Amino acid sequence: MATVEVAFTPLPAHVRTARLVATAVARRSGVDEALLDEVRLAVGEACSRAVEAHRRHCPAEPVRIEMTDQGERFVVVVRDSAPGPSSAPAGTPAGTPGETRAAQPANGASAPQSVPEAGDDGGMAIPAGFGLAVISGLADDVRVSSTSSGVSVQMSWPSTSTSAPA
Amino acid sequence: MDLKLGHYNKDGIEVVDVEGEIDVYTAPRLRELLIDLVNKNNYQLVVNMEKVEFLDSTGLGVLVGGLKRVRAHDGSLDLVCTQERILKIFRITGLTKVFGIHGTVDAAIAAKKSEN
Repeated sequence: MATVEVAFTPLPAHVRTARLVATAVARRSGVDEALLDEVRLAVGEACSRAVEAHRRHCPAEPVRIEMTDQGERFVVVVRDSAPGPSSAPAGTPAGTPGETRAAQPANGASAPQSVPEAGDDGGMAIPAGFGLAVISGLADDVRVSSTSSGVSVQMSWPSTSTSAPA
Repeated sequence: MDLKLGHYNKDGIEVVDVEGEIDVYTAPRLRELLIDLVNKNNYQLVVNMEKVEFLDSTGLGVLVGGLKRVRAHDGSLDLVCTQERILKIFRITGLTKVFGIHGTVDAAIAAKKSEN
């Protein structure tokens, strides 16, 4: 069982919350202070990727994160539920507003209008998949597995836990 | 901490002060500001990142997008950053070769002026 699990509505605003939780749990699990910035950035990248995939394919489904203190390793798994590769070719219809409403918070109207898409004309010049490249530069152990039910990104860092479950 | 943006002109160069976290949520605001500045014919930009606490690939994308826009007008976009945690992200992505990165706003402005 994961030490801490988080599920959040796929909105960019919640990615920060996910980062903060992951950093706090990593610290509690004994991850070295010098590595916490890497945990924060890698988890943020994984969550940003998952949020974008959900917003395109299944905006009503939450993004899930599992953080597990395994004693010598602190393991984070970010799972999306987007069918097929998250980098599905253009032409896949984004969710319609009506479908998203159930998962939107009451103040959803103030949320940013869109997750930036790679290659659009809005000044985003970073290609899709760049976030994963950043993750692999940050975590020394990264496993990406893609199934028909979604993509999971597993990352881990060394920890010196003295707080393993009793 | 959310994102705070400000900008001012110094010696003909537009300096953008960024404070807080640049991520998937806040990056669109920085993108809009950069687009707005370019649309107002500011092609020599310095983005001061000394007070940036967090930067992810979305933020990098906005900076690269800004660079593309000013270069289309023969301009340039330089950065001010001395924080190791932020510099590391530019380093692992190879973007240290793409941006001029300086220690102070004055150094960035001086470098730009010597280029022109």
